Parts: sequence; structure tokens; C-alpha cells
Amino acid sequence: MIEYRSIGKTFADGTEAVGDFSLVLPSRTTTVFVGSSGCGKTTLLRMVNRMIEPSRGQVLIDDVDIATRNKVELRRSIGYVMQHSGLLPHRKVIDNVATVLRLNGVDKSEARDRSYAVLETVGLDASLATKYPSQLSGGQQQRVGVARGLVSDPNILLMDEPFGAVDPIVREELQAELLRLQRELDKTIVFVTHDIDEAFLLGDQVVILKKGGEVAQVGSPAEILATPADDFVRSFVGLDKGHRKLHVEDRDGSRIVVDATGKAAGVLTE
Amino acid sequence: MTWLQNNTDKVVDLLLSHLWLSALPIVLGFVIALPIGWYANRHRRIRGVLLSAAGVLYTVPSLAFFLILPSIIGTGFLSPANVVVALTIYAVAIMVRSATDAFASVSPAVLDAATATGFAAAGRAFRVELPLAGPVLVAGLRVVAVSTVSLVSVGALIGVNNLGSLFTEGYRTDNDAEILTGVIGIVILALVFDGLIVLVGRLLMPWATASRTTGTSLRGLARARR
Repeated sequence: MIEYRSIGKTFADGTEAVGDFSLVLPSRTTTVFVGSSGCGKTTLLRMVNRMIEPSRGQVLIDDVDIATRNKVELRRSIGYVMQHSGLLPHRKVIDNVATVLRLNGVDKSEARDRSYAVLETVGLDASLATKYPSQLSGGQQQRVGVARGLVSDPNILLMDEPFGAVDPIVREELQAELLRLQRELDKTIVFVTHDIDEAFLLGDQVVILKKGGEVAQVGSPAEILATPADDFVRSFVGLDKGHRKLHVEDRDGSRIVVDATGKAAGVLTE
Repeated sequence: MTWLQNNTDKVVDLLLSHLWLSALPIVLGFVIALPIGWYANRHRRIRGVLLSAAGVLYTVPSLAFFLILPSIIGTGFLSPANVVVALTIYAVAIMVRSATDAFASVSPAVLDAATATGFAAAGRAFRVELPLAGPVLVAGLRVVAVSTVSLVSVGALIGVNNLGSLFTEGYRTDNDAEILTGVIGIVILALVFDGLIVLVGRLLMPWATASRTTGTSLRGLARARR
């Protein structure tokens, strides 16, 4: 369980990234921070592994204030996946994945074996293991990034817009893959995105943020769609534009789901 | 050619001493400039001062430098140490700028990722920053090597023997073959140093050439980043 207690962050130049933020992220669920740029979502994420220190308040992991823990050890115990994969260009794929294990003191041959295993878990062919990151496609690099985040089997996985830089088709693949992995692995995932559809797809708990880390609404995707807290949320999730307002029309015996603009969205099967 | 055949021993001696007089400043200059460049890259304010100071040092004429040094560091006027120290200072002057650029060329995103995956400060500096600065460091070192090999010859004017002595002597005795031997010898030595540095760079950094030969995946990466 991750808990934010009255967190605030004012950067050295005076910008207030987060005003006053409190939230509990239940274990073994995916919490998605979603909002436009400047809403403090990445700042909040990076506070979990102390890449950013809060100016006020505390972050707790399983009831322990992480400010009391050694930064480097804390980071080694948490998986981190970032937008441009963040792979080390001078190390082969397999060594990139094994890095975290080696830093944790796992011996070389075991680190290799476990790295090969996790590459398979994320759906990468073993033949890519000896390539350099620059020799892989963007989607493959991102998979390696996920593999590196998972390799030490951390309880917590931080994902900072991990699929933001890949094309839509690859993004859908990676999202599906993450859902599958999460069903198997049951991690506590903190996921940051500006894409509300991605947030609704992946999140058990979705946190919609306004400027300065102000919470507009917290809830499951269904709760947010059913009872949006205010006009900001209604507009952010797209309820005001009509493509979320669906109704059923009978067409030649099929029951077609149509949105408010008249566009067919799918077929009702029950 | 006959002159060279008759004087092989002498030329080989001069070549070896030229080799040493070049190799020492190149290696020392690199080792000294590396931490300075790393530091300058991290502290933007000091960076300007350091780079200007290095620039000024490099403008001091080498012959003047060779002559002033004994009175500063207390070596004899004919000591090869004067040449080694002066050329090390030149090497540092050139290399500090390259090293600063080299460390600046390392992607901040990669460093950030390294920190996030749990590299401690020292591990990050030596195992991520240094190797990634490698390609630009090698480029800088090549300039240092060629410049040093050619500057060593000036040492001949203050009596420190090296291939440059073949010019001074050949000029005095009007011996074109001797002058030519000196010039060609120095060029070959410079090429050998340059080739060695490139070769060692390739061996140490196979990743740098791997990314260069895969233009298509690089373009794919650029597309993915857009």
C-alpha cells in the first residue's frame, strides 16, 4: 500500500507543482494519475521512489515513511518504466534488464537466467537479447523497459507515460500486454498518462488531476463515468462531446450501440 | 633512401624518444582533463571560467613555454621533462573542452533512468556517464594526439632530441633526405596514434558503431519519439 499524506511540492524556482495531496493506493491494484501537462502527475509518481522529495507531507509504503529509507536501496526495490524506455545505450538488451539484479547483488549467471525469463514474459524473442537498444524498434524498446522494471519482482511498479511515444497500434498491444501481466503478477502499479482512455483501460483506481495536483475526482472508471464530480471531469473524460453517451438502435435485426453524434460504436451482444 | 639506410639506428632512436615524448602528455592530459571536464559540465558557472582559462593556456607559444618552464618547475634547461610538462598542459587545455562537451552529450533522460533503476552516484558516473561520453572523448583525444605529436618536434629547438631534430640538423647541413625523413616519420607516428585510438575506441564501445550501422532502426526510434 502506498499512501500520500498531505503532500506538497514547491520547486526551487517557486513553481508549486503539488499543493496539498492525500491519497491511498491499495496494494495489488493499478492506480492511474491522469491529467494535462502541469497537473503534477509525474511529480507525484516520482515521489514514490524519491526521485523527487516532497516539500511538505509524507509518502508511506506499507506504513513506513520512505524519507527514513535509503534512497538508492528504495529505488532498487521499485520497478520504474519511463517514456523513452530509458535503456542504457551502451549495454545489450540482456544486460540492461540484468542491471537491476546486478545492482541488488544477484550473481551473474542467475541474473542472466532471470533476465531471459522476464524477456519471455514480456513477449520478446531471446534473439533480441544480445542486440543494443538502438537496434530495436520503439515498441520493442518499451517492452525491454517493462522487462527491466519487472525483473527483480518488485511489489511496486512505477510507469511514467510508458506507452506515450509509440504508435497507436503498438500502444494497444502494449496496453493489452500490461493488463495480461497484471492479471498474472498482481503488482501495485502507479501509472501516469494524459490519455483518459488509457487511464480507464488500465486503472482500477483513476485519479483525475487539475493544475497543481488538485484532485478533481478519484474512483473506478465506471464511477467516474456514472457520477462525474463536476464540469471539469465531465469535459475531461469526454462526456460533454457525446462519444461517451451511447444508446442502442435496432438495425436490420442487430442491436447497434451508437454514440450521441450518431457514430456506430459497436454491437450489443446480450 | 640511402641516407635513411645509413642512419637507421639514429632514426629509430629519435622515433622512440618522439614516441615517449608524445605518449606521456597524451595519456597524462587525458587522465587529468577527464575529472576537470566532468566537474565543469556539472557546474555551469565554473565551466565558463575553466574553458576560458584552458583557451588562454593554449595560446601561449610552445617555444616560449619550453623556455619559461625550467624557472617555474625547477628542471634543467635541457630536460625532456620541460617538453612533457608543457605538452601535458596543452593536452589538458584541449581535452578539458572536449571532455566537457563529451559529458554534456550524455542524454539527461538516460542518466535519470539510471538513477531511477538504483545506480548510486559513483556507479552512475563510472558505469553510465563515462562510457556514454566515450565517443566524444575519443574524438577529442584524436585531436590531442595529432597536436601533441607535431608539437614534440619543437622540443628539438631546445635540445630535446626527437624526430624534429632531423629538421634542425637537416636544415643546418642542407640535407633534404634527412628533413624529409623527419617529416614523414612524424606524419606516420601521428597516424599510428590516431589509428590506435580509433581502434581501442571501437573495441571498448561496440555499441557506438552498432547504432551507426542500423540507420533504419534509428529512424524508427526518431519516429517513435515524435
